[in-house]
Amino acid sequence: MPKRNDIKKILVIGSGPIVIGQACEFDYSGTQACNALREEGYSVCLINSNPATIMTDPEFSDRTYIEPLHVEAIEKIIEQERPDALLPTLGGQTSLNLAVELSEAGILEKYNVELIGANLETIQVAEDRELFRNAMKEIGMNVPDGGCVHTLEEAEALQERIGFPLIIRPAFTLGGIGGSVVYNMEEYVPAVQWGLSASPVSEVLIEQSVLGWKEYELEIMRDGADNFVIICSIENLDPMGVHTGDSVTVAPAQTLTDTEYQALRDAAKKITRRVGVETGGANIQFAVNPDNGDMVVIEMNPRVSRSSALASKATGFPIAKIAAKLAVGYRLDEITNDITRKTPACFEPSIDYVVVKVPRWDFEKFPGNDRRLNSQMKSVGEAMGIGRTFKEALGKTLRSLENGWSGFHANNMPDYREMSREALTDDLRFGTPDRLLKLWQAFSIGMTPEELFDITKIDIWFLQNLHQMYDFETYLATAAKTPEGIDTETLRRAKQLGFSDKHLGILMGADELSVREMRKNAGIVPSYKIVDTCAAEFESFTPYFYSTYDEENESIRSDRKKVIILGGGPNRIGQGIEFDYCCVHGILALKSLGIEAIMINCNPETVSTDYDVADKLYFEPLTYEDVLNIIELEKPDGIITQFGGQTPLKLAIPLEKAGVPFWGTSPDSIDLAEDRDRFGALLNKLGIPQPQGGTARSIEEALKVSERIGYPLMVRPSYVLGGRAMEIVYDQNGLKQYMTSAVTASEDHPVLLDRFLENAFEFDVDAICDGEHTEICGMMQHIEEAGVHSGDSMAVMPPYLLSMSQHEDLKEYTRQMAKALNVKGLINIQFAIIYDTIYVIEVNPRASRTVPFVSKVTGTPFAKLAVEVMSGKTLDEIGYTFNDRLPYVAVKESVFPFDRFEKADIFLRPEMRSTGEVMGISSNFGASVFKAFQATNVQIPKTGTVFISVNEGDRSRMLPIARELDKLGWKIMATRGNAEFMTTRGLPVKPVLKVSEGRPNIIDHIKNNEIDLIIKTPLGQRSRTDEYAIGWAAIKSRVAFITTLSAAEAILRGLRTYSRKPFEYKCLQEYYGK
Amino acid sequence: MNQQPTKARLVLSDGKVFQGLSLGKTGATVGEVVFNTAMTGYQEILTDPSYHFQIITMTYPQIGNYGVNPTDFESRRIYASGFVIREYSPVVSNWQADRSLDDYLKHYDIVGISDLDTRALTRHIRDQGAQMGIITTEDTPVEELIARIQESPKLVGRNIVQEVTAAEPYDWPLNPVPPPEEPHPYRVAVYDFGIKFSILRILHDLGCTLRVFPAHTPAEEILAWEPDGIFLSNGPGDPEPVEKAVASVRKLLGKKPIFGICLGIQILGLALGGKTSKLKFGHHGANHPVKHLPTGKVEITSQNHGFVVDIDSLPKDDVKITHINLNDGTLEGFKHKSLRAFAVQYHPESAPGPHDSHYLFQQFIEDMK
Ligand SMILES: Nc1ncnc2c1ncn2[C@@H]1O[C@H](COP(=O)(O)OP(=O)(O)O)[C@@H](O)[C@H]1O
Ligand SMILES: Nc1ncnc2c1ncn2[C@@H]1O[C@H](COP(=O)(O)OP(=O)(O)O)[C@@H](O)[C@H]1O
Ligand SMILES: [Mg+2]
Ligand SMILES: [Mg+2]
Repeated sequence: MPKRNDIKKILVIGSGPIVIGQACEFDYSGTQACNALREEGYSVCLINSNPATIMTDPEFSDRTYIEPLHVEAIEKIIEQERPDALLPTLGGQTSLNLAVELSEAGILEKYNVELIGANLETIQVAEDRELFRNAMKEIGMNVPDGGCVHTLEEAEALQERIGFPLIIRPAFTLGGIGGSVVYNMEEYVPAVQWGLSASPVSEVLIEQSVLGWKEYELEIMRDGADNFVIICSIENLDPMGVHTGDSVTVAPAQTLTDTEYQALRDAAKKITRRVGVETGGANIQFAVNPDNGDMVVIEMNPRVSRSSALASKATGFPIAKIAAKLAVGYRLDEITNDITRKTPACFEPSIDYVVVKVPRWDFEKFPGNDRRLNSQMKSVGEAMGIGRTFKEALGKTLRSLENGWSGFHANNMPDYREMSREALTDDLRFGTPDRLLKLWQAFSIGMTPEELFDITKIDIWFLQNLHQMYDFETYLATAAKTPEGIDTETLRRAKQLGFSDKHLGILMGADELSVREMRKNAGIVPSYKIVDTCAAEFESFTPYFYSTYDEENESIRSDRKKVIILGGGPNRIGQGIEFDYCCVHGILALKSLGIEAIMINCNPETVSTDYDVADKLYFEPLTYEDVLNIIELEKPDGIITQFGGQTPLKLAIPLEKAGVPFWGTSPDSIDLAEDRDRFGALLNKLGIPQPQGGTARSIEEALKVSERIGYPLMVRPSYVLGGRAMEIVYDQNGLKQYMTSAVTASEDHPVLLDRFLENAFEFDVDAICDGEHTEICGMMQHIEEAGVHSGDSMAVMPPYLLSMSQHEDLKEYTRQMAKALNVKGLINIQFAIIYDTIYVIEVNPRASRTVPFVSKVTGTPFAKLAVEVMSGKTLDEIGYTFNDRLPYVAVKESVFPFDRFEKADIFLRPEMRSTGEVMGISSNFGASVFKAFQATNVQIPKTGTVFISVNEGDRSRMLPIARELDKLGWKIMATRGNAEFMTTRGLPVKPVLKVSEGRPNIIDHIKNNEIDLIIKTPLGQRSRTDEYAIGWAAIKSRVAFITTLSAAEAILRGLRTYSRKPFEYKCLQEYYGK
Repeated sequence: MNQQPTKARLVLSDGKVFQGLSLGKTGATVGEVVFNTAMTGYQEILTDPSYHFQIITMTYPQIGNYGVNPTDFESRRIYASGFVIREYSPVVSNWQADRSLDDYLKHYDIVGISDLDTRALTRHIRDQGAQMGIITTEDTPVEELIARIQESPKLVGRNIVQEVTAAEPYDWPLNPVPPPEEPHPYRVAVYDFGIKFSILRILHDLGCTLRVFPAHTPAEEILAWEPDGIFLSNGPGDPEPVEKAVASVRKLLGKKPIFGICLGIQILGLALGGKTSKLKFGHHGANHPVKHLPTGKVEITSQNHGFVVDIDSLPKDDVKITHINLNDGTLEGFKHKSLRAFAVQYHPESAPGPHDSHYLFQQFIEDMK
């Protein structure tokens, strides 16, 4: 069937802010889908609360709403827009759940909106774990013994029947949130309770655990004519028990015979039909018993997913794009495979390489939490590597992670050497973020793959392959010590096995550069092969490459003018989708200038690694070695390092030394901005104030600096992003303690100390400079005071508390610094203002995290302009000038992963811990703040009960807030001190007990859903345990939790607006007046 | 990994040389070099008699991972004349495995080669067409090797079915099994042009009593066994020289329902007056989309053939095209409009490959009813 003509306008719901379990892979799929639908002539109306996405750029859909993903907002938008259809399968779990809500609330019916891509029943059968289990049994599939429960009593009865260990998984959730493995009754009850509260429908599935079985995933597609194909099979290196999102995964499956693989395929087909996925993609997870091949079904997701994004990148098959086309009526055989241009999309990709994905975690940001992996996903990003063999791919992926690893080894890491066999074994049994290095360590103390299999249940094939790498490493280390050294053949073999130059350097006692030289002298350079979906059976046209050390090179340099953009690598807290946004715009700009755009990146979740985006895509690690290899082949006219965040900046100086031509701000200027001493001197010269500061490489030096500038101090390692290991210290003890723990975090860079500016307003300014002339892109004011990382704080654009003269000063300072740093492209400056003094906190001579937000608010694609500037145009020629009079207000709010870390300190700090952001936009501040808050997925009702608990210093400022809440009809609860304070000032307050004072205490009230809002500022060290417990209870019960008074004031303004009249919803195109 | 492995070379008739390491037996072997894009199923592929006289290159780079097991074989030995892979896995990981691939190759004296750029080789074959080649672990100069290739018999125009067909008729299953609970109601006479056991297994499971006949068996002898249906099997090489079989099938047409697979469709096509020709590099893999024209549905199929029935050569009045290959539009299946005979070019028994096309066996059963 060709495409449908009875629908004209399609509503697409995005996945909202980046959270653990739902990240920028949905921007990748959503962007593809929007493009595909518009290509077919449909009008696309998009709702997504995340301003950092490419998909919310106004040119990717006809009507772009950056609004909360709530039924209330969506209903309004549906009423305004009257779409014919809703496509809910491309915005992750969020969009799917909303489709169910909209459907069940009768809204879709009321406005006559058809669900396409998946119908209600399909979603329910797949997502409701009970319906799914029953459906599976009905078609003769095996599922682990167990059942679904809705109450604790049911759960207890079930447990009695099937015993321990058990696995608990809530329905309609993502990333395994609320899930756990339990071994005894003591763990069981709270685990069930948590699961029930995590599930939007209060349903959990409790199943007998099949820990240690092999875990597989199949990515499938089906069209309206029941054509069915498998796009990719994925085998998890970490067996059942570790969430797939946290597992090292390998495509295709490695250890299944064809008979076994086809059994999975047959099962997948049956399941797809039964669940009723009529058009689009889905994934199905299976567990296979390694002892006898028994297979059970774990789950199905009737939508594109994290793994479908991975599968698309792994095979070259664009699942989301095809899914969108199927949803509007096409059949698989009616769509052409872009890569071959001749054969249809109705086939199963055959790949002739191996793909390895390794997750990346940020446990360091959540100290005190158990680092063991389980069925609840905790990783924040991933890197993918492609090689001709598992070993090569793994080596490439490990060095892509940017966590200091240079391959499969822990040679330079003293922590590993000191580990006892017991501790090692224990960690290995459960899995930790560094499980692979621990396996290396285990080999190095003589443990065998067989022993390790018994401990980890990781398939022996993987263990043996790792052992081969270990063995070869030992051989290399020995050979390196002989007078002849490592011969050419051995060196080539090492490269084929995925050893990095850096790793080889460690073994040879040489530096990376000399290994590189030696390797090149021996004629050992990589070749590049094409990812073509068909294992070379057909000629392919898509320039999607990976490196290997096989003979034939397929990447042919063109004679066009060309520029390479370095991407941001794996997502991590502090460096995520925002940077990919900039890279993609950079690519588009280069293309529109007629320049060949070449992209290098290794993050499979991104839009920049969509082979459709750049003229040439190299899916490669962002290391000196791998990047320079590509540069030597392509000989570009320039490389751009200012879009990929800190990752490319780290490479800038070494690459410049290697003679690489740069586009944009020079590496020396980057160094000037990053180097405290040089930068301090510059500011002095310009007469721009900055907090007093100093640099220290030892405790002694640090103490000396502190004597000079006094406390409190802001301390941090140099060259970090997202405020890693950044802290405020109030006295000598604090400083000493920090200096002993921070040294590991700083590698060979020193520690920076600054006077901490208390109660200062913070501002973010983004600007663009052509080397001469500077224009502001946007100015944002933070709602929280300085001391809360800019990536974590709420920010308003335009600023709401800024005098005319301060405004002018900020602009002037920005101009001076941009000029002095000789910026070509983007620059970001953070300022703090106390009384009348403006201080510079930091300058980033590159695209910052705020570029997408600022671009979205103003409707100006700044990354694009930056490329034009880099290409030699002046701002005058481009014709851009700053407009500081916006007829609307936009607020950015951050989203935190505290729900995954029981022991998280939820008070905001200078260290960034948010994973994503949302935006609220409207004609007034109050509504924008409130929308932004709503978009973070916590509900605040118009009235309810608020629990207020602030420290003494904050009480007087809290009082008007409490009064106002009282006036709005809120009931107030507080513990003794605060209650007394308010009562004596005439406010009706219900006192509650602290945790230590008996029961029922505040925690009980939270758990009983008696509290709708918590305003709580830190009470200091003594109350930490209570605070953790309250925070965790609030997070589990999803109660809004506000930790600063400035945020409370802002929210209050929102509440006031909210209680007066309903919000308006307008699309960006309208805001821009287009 | 660190002892010196034996070196090997693959030399193609056009002079292209690939260096690698020895796999399986040392020595030399000559055959037509083809590539297969299936990512699983090397054991089935190696034992498929249709690969007789061919050197198989696996495009998937990691081979041997799950070893070799006592069930997934398609004949009693390895038929391929050589095996080319990117990386051999000495590690065997699968509960069913009872030996390694290398042991298996050695046991059947198969010369193989690993650790070469199989993608480069595949691209070469794709662009230049399938050609003869030699794998050797010896130091022989390239010119001599090419001469050896030239001297050795060619694939086109030669009847190599006779080298793989059964010497005598036999009954399936091979090992006596307990008698079925229900008697097998359909008697199927199977022409063995190099049959894969999976076909026999499926027909058996569907209730057929099977007798397998050598390729040269005359029609009369087949009919004397009083079959309900006749099956034409897959097999290696060029169908045209398999003249006796073509003649027998011509005689059998209309007498009993006929079903053919792979070489079977070519024999049937020739018997109906069609023509066959050689494809540039054949279809060998498990991901080929085939459209079933009557329903419009697409099946993902397992394929293994170098020759094909020319789609326009079949008598249009008698024959209806039922399946075509969506990648290149070649013929994948037809049926006779009036006589009960149909055939497909691909492998509905898969092994290895998807099970999308099992319905064809059912259709054969229906024809026999
Ligand atoms: N019965 C089980 N025994 C052991 N581990 C399990 C079982 N069921 C699920 N798991 C583990 O829990 C993880 C998460 O479960 P899954 O249903 O896939 O949740 P999600 O919807 O978050 O992907 C799986 O990836 C698997 O490793
Ligand atoms: N001297 C200071 N006084 C007060 N707050 C500061 C000071 N220096 C940094 N901060 C706070 O710490 C946050 C992170 O510091 P910043 O230098 O921007 O680090 P990053 O490189 O991680 O962006 C800032 O957003 C600001 O809120
Ligand atoms: Mg899952
Ligand atoms: Mg900052």
